[in-house]
Amino acid sequence: MGDFVSSEGHTILLAFWMTLKVSALSAAGALVLGTVLAAMRVAPLPVLRTVGTFYVNILRNTPLTLIILFCGLGLGSIITVAEVQTTNYFWLAVLGLTAYTAAFVCEVLRAGVNTVPFGQAEAARSIGLNFTQTLRIVVLPQAFRAVIAPLGSVLIALIKNTTIAAAIGVPEAFYTMRNQLQSHGDIVIPIFAGYALFFVVLTLPVGLFFGWLAKRWTVAR
Amino acid sequence: MRSSRMAAAAGAVAAALALVLSACGSDSSTTGSGTSTSTSSGNSIADKAKNDKALNIGVKPDQPGLGLQSSSGQYSGFDVDVANYVANKLGATKINFVPTLSANREAFLQQGKVDMVVATYSITPERQKVVSFAGPYYVAHQDILVRADNTSIKQADDLKGKKVCSGQGSASGDRIEELYGSQVNLIRLPGYGDCVNQLLGGQVEAVTTDNTILAGFAAQPQNQGKLKVVGTFFSNEIYGIGLKKGDTKGVTAVDGALRAMFQDGQWRAALTKNLPQVSSETPPVIGKFDIPFQQ
Repeated sequence: MGDFVSSEGHTILLAFWMTLKVSALSAAGALVLGTVLAAMRVAPLPVLRTVGTFYVNILRNTPLTLIILFCGLGLGSIITVAEVQTTNYFWLAVLGLTAYTAAFVCEVLRAGVNTVPFGQAEAARSIGLNFTQTLRIVVLPQAFRAVIAPLGSVLIALIKNTTIAAAIGVPEAFYTMRNQLQSHGDIVIPIFAGYALFFVVLTLPVGLFFGWLAKRWTVAR
Repeated sequence: MRSSRMAAAAGAVAAALALVLSACGSDSSTTGSGTSTSTSSGNSIADKAKNDKALNIGVKPDQPGLGLQSSSGQYSGFDVDVANYVANKLGATKINFVPTLSANREAFLQQGKVDMVVATYSITPERQKVVSFAGPYYVAHQDILVRADNTSIKQADDLKGKKVCSGQGSASGDRIEELYGSQVNLIRLPGYGDCVNQLLGGQVEAVTTDNTILAGFAAQPQNQGKLKVVGTFFSNEIYGIGLKKGDTKGVTAVDGALRAMFQDGQWRAALTKNLPQVSSETPPVIGKFDIPFQQ
């Protein structure tokens, strides 16, 4: 056991660094794309609403494994993002996770938009702001503050979902764990427990931080 | 107040984790006893085969040519033929094949879920600490699989600068990383089936692992004529039959069965039938686990 930690410790840390990189990039991408989608779904233009609804319903109802495999092995056979294969699949995995998570971010944000009293938007319109200005300056800031805690849950789910990137060869935590299980079949349960603990160490602070942030930034009405 | 509540919460989480873990443990041991060797009189596989006439044998379910489970549940391949022959020699008439993955071979042996493992099981010093090996029954070599029309890859060095696929957790992939580092543009996918698809689709130019595994894929009906094994060797992978640690009586009995298989031509026949591209190999020496590789 001690042997295992000393010989594999470096690999484990690298794997979790990879998990963090995939999580952070996908989270940033999903936040941007999810906000755009939410704006589309509350837009006055029916075509935007239809496209937004269509996207969310397709992506939210497709298994993530399928999306990641599609990005890696399907999309990857048509387009090449980077010449180095590991980099190529890394970006394809980020793309898949972003596309999938954005659907959930969109729905959370839309719920947030619904908490903003109608009078706020009406007041914004009456002082002459157009739709984008109303959304950007008045509605979205309040909507975000209302849904910080559920956004935290989406982020936690995303961090755990990065394990699926192993299916297309991204050397994150799950990939490394499975490799180590192959050659250390005698300490299977300790390896599982160790990795589970590592994930808890990653995700527990996220939950606590977002809970704290939600309290601090709550909209007083 | 606040921090004590946090500590209590952390304690609760730890307790819950411990509960879940212990539940996992007891669960697997109860399901283990359902199929385990509790009815047999001796501890050795040799006694169990004689007395119960039944053996549980772990084989790979997903390696064409070695151990492959069809959709109807039938197993076929070189490992499966070796397992059948050895089990029959030991006196077993009823053989139950159990699908095993690389990650659970040791656990299945230790828990008694299987009596022996014939699943492309390379003999390594780490594994010998927890498993007793009989054999070897085959010495495989790391090799390269390319599309049939490829003429640029003839040896390991030719992989430099090329897109190459190997399996996750395989010694073959590790060896490429050690030998060439980033000079080889390597991707490691969960299964060799994925790698072979990438090769057929043109995303990679070569797949590398044991020649047995590569030959198995090349021999699949849908791949006939599309792929070829290059035939350059850069390692020895010594396949043994895994038995429960300490079963020396079993090792002797299985070794005897393997010797008989080498001599009566059944070994050659099984090899030619399942892995035509590597059938020129000669049987290894029983009990010789350390075979240094020479280029």
